Amino acid sequence: MSTKTTRRLLAGTALALSAALGLTACGVGQDPSKAAAEGGELTIWAWEPTLKKVVEAYEEEHPEVKIDLVNVGTGNDQYTAVQNAISAGSGGPDIAQLEYFAMGQFELSESLAELNEFGADKLADQFATGPWEGMSTDSKVYGLPMDSGPMALFYNAALFKKHNIDVPKTWEQYAAAARKLHEADPKSYMVNDTGDAGFITSLIWQAGGKPFTTQGTEVGINLNDEGAQKVTKLWQPLLDDKMVAPITSWSDEWYKGLGDGTIASLVTGAWMPANMESGVAEGSGDWKVAPMPQWEDGNMATAENGGSGLSVLKDSKNAALAYDFLEFATVGEGADLRISQGAFPATTKDLNDEEFLNRKFDYFGGQQINKVLSDSSANVVPGWSYLPFQAYANSIFNDTAGKAYISNTTLSDGLGQWQKSLQTYATDQGFTAK
Amino acid sequence: MSNTITTPTAHTPPSSPGAPVTPRRRRQRTFATRTRWTGWGFLAPFMAVFILVFIAPIIYSIYLSLFHTQLVGGTSFVGFDNYVRAFSDPVFWGGLLRVSLFLAIQVPIMLGISLLVALAVDSGRLYGSDFFRISIFLPYAVPAVVASLMWGFMYGRRFGLVGQLNEFFGWDIPDLLGPQIVLASIGNIVTWEFVGYNMLIFYAALRVIPSSLYEAAAIDGAGQWRVITAIKIPAIRGALVVATIFSIIGSFQLFNEPSILQALAPNAITSTYTPNLYAYSLSFSGQQQNYSATVAIIMGLITMVIAYVVQLRGMRKDA
Repeated sequence: MSTKTTRRLLAGTALALSAALGLTACGVGQDPSKAAAEGGELTIWAWEPTLKKVVEAYEEEHPEVKIDLVNVGTGNDQYTAVQNAISAGSGGPDIAQLEYFAMGQFELSESLAELNEFGADKLADQFATGPWEGMSTDSKVYGLPMDSGPMALFYNAALFKKHNIDVPKTWEQYAAAARKLHEADPKSYMVNDTGDAGFITSLIWQAGGKPFTTQGTEVGINLNDEGAQKVTKLWQPLLDDKMVAPITSWSDEWYKGLGDGTIASLVTGAWMPANMESGVAEGSGDWKVAPMPQWEDGNMATAENGGSGLSVLKDSKNAALAYDFLEFATVGEGADLRISQGAFPATTKDLNDEEFLNRKFDYFGGQQINKVLSDSSANVVPGWSYLPFQAYANSIFNDTAGKAYISNTTLSDGLGQWQKSLQTYATDQGFTAK
Repeated sequence: MSNTITTPTAHTPPSSPGAPVTPRRRRQRTFATRTRWTGWGFLAPFMAVFILVFIAPIIYSIYLSLFHTQLVGGTSFVGFDNYVRAFSDPVFWGGLLRVSLFLAIQVPIMLGISLLVALAVDSGRLYGSDFFRISIFLPYAVPAVVASLMWGFMYGRRFGLVGQLNEFFGWDIPDLLGPQIVLASIGNIVTWEFVGYNMLIFYAALRVIPSSLYEAAAIDGAGQWRVITAIKIPAIRGALVVATIFSIIGSFQLFNEPSILQALAPNAITSTYTPNLYAYSLSFSGQQQNYSATVAIIMGLITMVIAYVVQLRGMRKDA
């Protein structure tokens, strides 16, 4: 009896000792590749579908590493969950997928690990400027860009052909096409929208609006500038005449609607193809990609929508290992794996790569969609910025501007209410709001 | 007891006359102290858990509510500023008004149905009453999240049961997830979930009514209706009060159902729809933990006061 206890005690001590040794080794070394060889466990919270194969490839290369990839929700759901875990101080992931617009909030609350110590700052010239700037502040790197989201028009070409609709080049034509389609088939809508902050702000971006300005702790919010007015003038009549399908993006119904012709088009970021291939198998062969409709005929202006990177949380106990995975997934072998599954890169090498540009997508009927998307990437209107608390701002969009989708409140008034709420929040949080 | 313990003093040699008295007193005193501490010893495990899981969180919340943390500027002590803010916060009172409306309409309906079902089961005139009882109770075993998801899909006009009914019969059932009706739709889910639970409380109370009362009533020639109003309902008044208090607390804490349905009706159910949802949004998407704690404390106090008033009124002998 007593010998057994002693033996168990010894074994326990040995285990604890070796664990402690292992920890020290990690702490002193801080070498990502060494950490990867030694192994460990990582938890990743991300919704990006192409990451699954990257995780598998990484685990194959590093048999000592075990990765738990969890999808806790898309966008705001993810940020709420991450914020939740950070506040609790435990239960959070090592790595989290964060969109560029949400970075400010997490940087401000000092929740992310600074990656310069692992050599992340040396990767600057490998990424497109926009995404790189999205993940770093004052030359401190808080994550590596994974994809970018220059916008384009994704449309169901088969449905367009059936109803004799030309691909719209301007927003005016887009609105006319929406009416024509819904008249021809009352079950079909050109577009779905139930109030999506990311979509509306991207439209304002493309229209030349600059509603958010930040200088130090001074925050300017103006959701009634010329750009915003263009957007409300376009969207309000479509909402009034019920030309917009009341289907929330990323819902089960939405995926179904994209496949069965209920929703005929999407104006969204270049990361969409991967999502369509995995979520809307039914639409394969029907869909095509065209340049984003323009506010003025003949222009080439575009905006970004979404796009995200991977960050290591400050609370992670495996930061070096986590960083090794980040490199693998964004500039290493994992990046190629993701591109081959339809992800849109943030790396300059890949954006200008002939093979990438010429790639034909079976899902899009053999179209070389990357040419359209790369063009869009080059024509993003410069000078846009988000709020340092954009994730929160987006989470209350439906409380205020959302009223325009279910009542007589106009979108313009709704945006006005959003602005007011944001200014109140900014003041409450110690910013000077204008 | 004290005798057995004090007997040893008898054996002490009578060297000095005063000696036997002193030890006895001392012994008695130690015994008394020991008894006092023994009691606490027995209480300790409970007190430890009670303080840790019950008192500590409340104190921590009160502590939090006295501060204000900003993204710019950090944390500062603000005294009762958060409470002042809450009392003039239209969003908070709007949410409270909404759950009060919910309470005033949904709770009577739910408890009425529960009582009716309990009386029916208790009447003994129901064929297969065991099966009936179980099936009414079954929804309570379904987690609220699952129930909300299930009903949410049924409410859907484009994909759910409502959509199919509309299509099949050519009806035009209004959008049950629309801003005007969604509160009633939530009430329907809650009623479905809790009728069985309340029924069981009432039924258990009905079962312990002595049958001699029924016999007496029968001899006096009372009919079923008279038995119900004069015997059954007065006898289960305690259970009615308990169920009402539970329902009041449940209404004020409304969270799961609106939170789940929010994904289907993002504009109708705002992030401030109920006080609990408001506290949640404040804390987890707005990082306003201090104000969130304040809202939670005020809600707790309001719930306590109302539940207490109901209990006082309900338990009054002459009520």
